[in-house]
Amino acid sequence: MANTTELQDLTTQVRRDILRMVHKVNSGHPGGSLGCAEFLVALYNEVMDRKDGFDMDGLNEDLFFLSNGHISPVFYSVLAHAGYFPVEELSTFRLINSRLQGHPTTHEGLPGVRIASGSLGQGMSVAIGAAQAKKLNGDNKLVYTLHGDGELQEGQNWEAIMYASAKKVDNLICTIDLNGQQIDGSTDTVLPMGSIEAKFLAFGWDVLTVEEGNDIDAILKGMAEAKALTGKGKPVCVLLKTVMGNGVDFMMYTHAWHGKAPSDEQLENALSQNPETLGDY
Amino acid sequence: MKTYTYTEKKDTRSGFGAGLAELGRTNPNVVALCADLIGSLKMDEFIKENPERFFQIGIAEANMMGIAAGLTIGGKIPFTGTFANFSTGRVYDQIRQSIAYSNKNVKICASHAGLTLGEDGATHQILEDIGLMKMLPGMTVINPCDYNQTKAATIAIAEYDGPVYLRFGRPSVPIFTPADQKFEIGKALQLTEGADVTIVATGHLVWEALEASKALYEKGISAEVIDIHTIKPLDAKAILDSVAKTRCIVTAEEHNILGGLGESVARVLATNNPTPQEFVGTKDTFGESGTPAQLMDKYQLNAEAIINACETVIKRK
Repeated sequence: MANTTELQDLTTQVRRDILRMVHKVNSGHPGGSLGCAEFLVALYNEVMDRKDGFDMDGLNEDLFFLSNGHISPVFYSVLAHAGYFPVEELSTFRLINSRLQGHPTTHEGLPGVRIASGSLGQGMSVAIGAAQAKKLNGDNKLVYTLHGDGELQEGQNWEAIMYASAKKVDNLICTIDLNGQQIDGSTDTVLPMGSIEAKFLAFGWDVLTVEEGNDIDAILKGMAEAKALTGKGKPVCVLLKTVMGNGVDFMMYTHAWHGKAPSDEQLENALSQNPETLGDY
Repeated sequence: MKTYTYTEKKDTRSGFGAGLAELGRTNPNVVALCADLIGSLKMDEFIKENPERFFQIGIAEANMMGIAAGLTIGGKIPFTGTFANFSTGRVYDQIRQSIAYSNKNVKICASHAGLTLGEDGATHQILEDIGLMKMLPGMTVINPCDYNQTKAATIAIAEYDGPVYLRFGRPSVPIFTPADQKFEIGKALQLTEGADVTIVATGHLVWEALEASKALYEKGISAEVIDIHTIKPLDAKAILDSVAKTRCIVTAEEHNILGGLGESVARVLATNNPTPQEFVGTKDTFGESGTPAQLMDKYQLNAEAIINACETVIKRK
């Protein structure tokens, strides 16, 4: 069990990884990645009950599915630091012949990834299937997911949200990254979605909100509450209020860094705000 | 000439239902999903015997494909059931990303394919599904010809590890393949031996090809009929061996000539042994309402069309 300081140090290193990965290939999605760094660090290092090593079926361990696959930089960094593959491999992100494709995939056999994602709105259905397989197998471990808030504009999510409560898929905790931003602007300017909380509640889910989604203690507390809600006949939704670009001042509170890499000077500035903790790859 | 007869007609979808029911008894990992078409897909028996292994998804095919992909994580072998139109075009990106690219062991089982769906009309009569599915890397595409073959194919694909598109239909058609056949994915079946023309047919057109070969025989033309139940991977050797003798070929399918079996055969021939070919299929058109027989007649997907195509192609040798 890691303490908060250790998780914070890892988060800082993950931020450095994200920035250096997207800078090197001048492509990728730093904004949402930075916003979810604390969440994924906490999830993989404290919340989830994981086995050593990786096998596709993941029997008797918690599973995670990243639905908003474009935040692959944070996913890859967290997976590498969790031991699924060498941290040095992060240097191959988006390069030809790499297992670290632009969006996560099983195609190149990268340990830690169980489904391709990138085309949005598909991850919740997959997670439901995996959760129902766990029930059939008598496996009482949980299935976790992460989705963008803009991603909820894809209709397949609402098919899945309706199904999960109707079929009492109560071993599922879906987290929505509520950063209020998407490519073309804020979610409120692109397509206002009203209250996402009210929508999930109306669809029969248990919903809880983590107001400080970039605070590790708040995340741990929220996820413990979410876990306590599982097994009671309802799927669980965690609304995680995050800041896109968190940890790099000029990337915060804007959609501008959704899919843009920093320049050399910007990288230097960003890294200086996040001093090396565990060592760069 | 070897001739085929039948004593009974049945729909191929019932072959699927019977195969699925048998799998329910023999393979505990097989699970089934349906998007509100249990009766149409003949899934009742499996569901009755294995209620805990059946997932009623409701009218939400995209969600069904994703759930099927997820069920494979944990070792299940999901069989999804809905109409061919809603099994392919409606959910192409879900199949592409969550099943094909992710190499998930999902069996996409599609009924009411083609014109023989009948009266519901073109909204439901997909004639593009073989093309859509064969273009996906890693996807196996199977279109069996009668009840027995569909049942055998259903059982066989559970043993194969990888995504499969299994296409079958609604109308009752003659049962002429043996009940005890072993289905081999990717292995074409030579039904008659001939010297003048090769007829390669799939699905409901296989029986029509046999009828055509009888009529051609009366006219002194010897046709070699090959049942291509697996469109991908295609049995290139069977096709090339046959045209080495006959030097011309007709392909027949209940599908658009663009993107179907015929084009797959043409590619094999063009790259190995350029051979005159005629295509029996729909000519880049949508279907319409009507009885299956009326539609197959109007759109020339029958023995008569195959006979005409054979006579044309023989002249092109």
